[in-house]
Amino acid sequence: MSFSDEFKNFDVAAISAKIYRSTSADVRRALSKETASLDDFLALLSPAARDYAHELAARSREITLRHFGGNIGLYAPLYLSNECDNACRYCGFNSASSVGRKTLSEEETLREADSLKSRGFDNVLLLTGESSSKAGPAYVERAVRLLTDKFTFIGLEIFPSSRDVYRKFALAGASGLTVYQETYDEKVYADMHSSGAKKDFRMRLDTPGRALEAGFRRVGLGALLGLADWRVEAAFLGLHASYLADKYWRSDITISFPRLKKCASNFMPPRPVSDGEVASMIFALRLFLPRVGMILSTRESAAFRDSFVGWGITMMSAASRTNPGGYSGEETLEQFEVSDTRGVSEVVRAIEGRGCFAVFKDWDKSFGVARYD
Amino acid sequence: MNTTNGSLKIANRVFSSRLILGTGKYGSNEIMKKAVAASGCEIVTVSVRRADISNPARDIMSALDGKSLLILPNTSGAQNADEAVRLARLARATGVSDWIKIEVTPDPGWLLPDGEETLKAAKVLVKEGFTVLPYINADPILAKKLEDAGAAAVMPLASPIGSNRGMRTLDLIKIIVGQSRVPVIVDAGLGRPSHAAQALEIGVDAVMVNTAVSSSGDPEMMARGFRLAVEAGRAAYLSGLGPESDKAGASSPAEWIIK
Repeated sequence: MSFSDEFKNFDVAAISAKIYRSTSADVRRALSKETASLDDFLALLSPAARDYAHELAARSREITLRHFGGNIGLYAPLYLSNECDNACRYCGFNSASSVGRKTLSEEETLREADSLKSRGFDNVLLLTGESSSKAGPAYVERAVRLLTDKFTFIGLEIFPSSRDVYRKFALAGASGLTVYQETYDEKVYADMHSSGAKKDFRMRLDTPGRALEAGFRRVGLGALLGLADWRVEAAFLGLHASYLADKYWRSDITISFPRLKKCASNFMPPRPVSDGEVASMIFALRLFLPRVGMILSTRESAAFRDSFVGWGITMMSAASRTNPGGYSGEETLEQFEVSDTRGVSEVVRAIEGRGCFAVFKDWDKSFGVARYD
Repeated sequence: MNTTNGSLKIANRVFSSRLILGTGKYGSNEIMKKAVAASGCEIVTVSVRRADISNPARDIMSALDGKSLLILPNTSGAQNADEAVRLARLARATGVSDWIKIEVTPDPGWLLPDGEETLKAAKVLVKEGFTVLPYINADPILAKKLEDAGAAAVMPLASPIGSNRGMRTLDLIKIIVGQSRVPVIVDAGLGRPSHAAQALEIGVDAVMVNTAVSSSGDPEMMARGFRLAVEAGRAAYLSGLGPESDKAGASSPAEWIIK
């Protein structure tokens, strides 16, 4: 059964009610357990959990250190193209936006890669918009092959594809796929994605599973924070991650916390999420999914990111540029405004200052595709 | 089981310490080096996936003294025998070691070892001249198969990695210790020095610890704690533990009163 089939059976109203009706006693019980059950997790997301923020943070810290030690993995995004046929209302690269469009040539891609390499990065996330004519599957596959000699871990954050296309990417040397559902609220999703291939909510829900079946070793989930009720989004992120971890048991699951920021579309998030609410989400997910990697990107401020080092987050980007050619001085518009603008060594010092260890290499080319046969 | 008194012999090397430390979870290389020194260990494990030859300033390997320590590379992250074999060859080709701790853990959640693939990798690597130390479930039959395949030691888990639960597989480890003709090194799950002492008391040859030391409030002091516990457990094993009894027994028997 695919996740979209399971999703059909979820009673969203009941899940929401469970969250909002949880009591202090439910929260205390959840905190006392070594691993939170689904009911415990929903209690930890409840308004009643606000009074237990310190206890929740302390449990998150203890679990994170036990499973990940003081390690914080560092990666860098590399934007290959900002061409896009979709019309996501919140995105700076949406098709109606008048930003300058650019797709990197092989030479430009290599220049960007060398710039990241010289800063010490070994884990790179390649990004495109959704434009099959300008930067489609053949283009992405070529880019992966071009970069396998330079980086041991290559992740993709691109247009959703079929299992066969994902198989090609995995065999070319891509190990990870990040695909945010954007929102698990079907009505909000329809409102935000009124045209283009991205309209299909269920197709997107099953995208991480297709990538894992095709052999990707790691898949990254996320909801764009600010589109819908964060508590319910967190609940579905947890359910999605838990489904994938059980079914595709050979693979790593990660969760990101992209909070909507100012971008070229001047979109105002309908349900803004506060710092404290992002923290509650991270801590509750850590108790429910102790071994899941959690990522906080440079969308967030330096101070906010640093406060999670050792407390739940296990991976961070650093010194990011979110426009194609950004590392080589290209001035095209960025997908979103980077908030943490520190250089790599500053980020490393901040991680070390919090008693943790910045890990640049944690993968090896000896690893092949995951097999489920 | 290795029944020589003070020292531990694995393959052709003799070690006076029976404690092995992992290096992967420390907050800094400095803290890790202090913990290694305080533990008195002579073997440390390092993940090949973490070795960064192109970036020596950030490389764990370059923070360790390869003269006083045996750096034992492991194949962490490998999901099958082929990947483990490739990582072992890489470790040897880059001059790290021809000793290899085989870890084949297809499930990144629990990191439990795949016995079938571990045995396959061990057979290949032994033939290629590696000194092979496989991480396994506490499975006595698999331990014997690995011994037959030429493994230099077997490394059964005490409980799931990072769980700090101690010797949950005690009964099976006792069988492995009783049957093994190569050293038995208990790996994974030892959360406290007393867990390590218990392992040594029943005749386990050595223990390997990572999380319990690296994630403690004071890794250096915890490393010292494990060192003392390992010595205590070994001394108890060598001196012979008394049998357990349900009844009290006076420490100065009074039978002499009755003629």
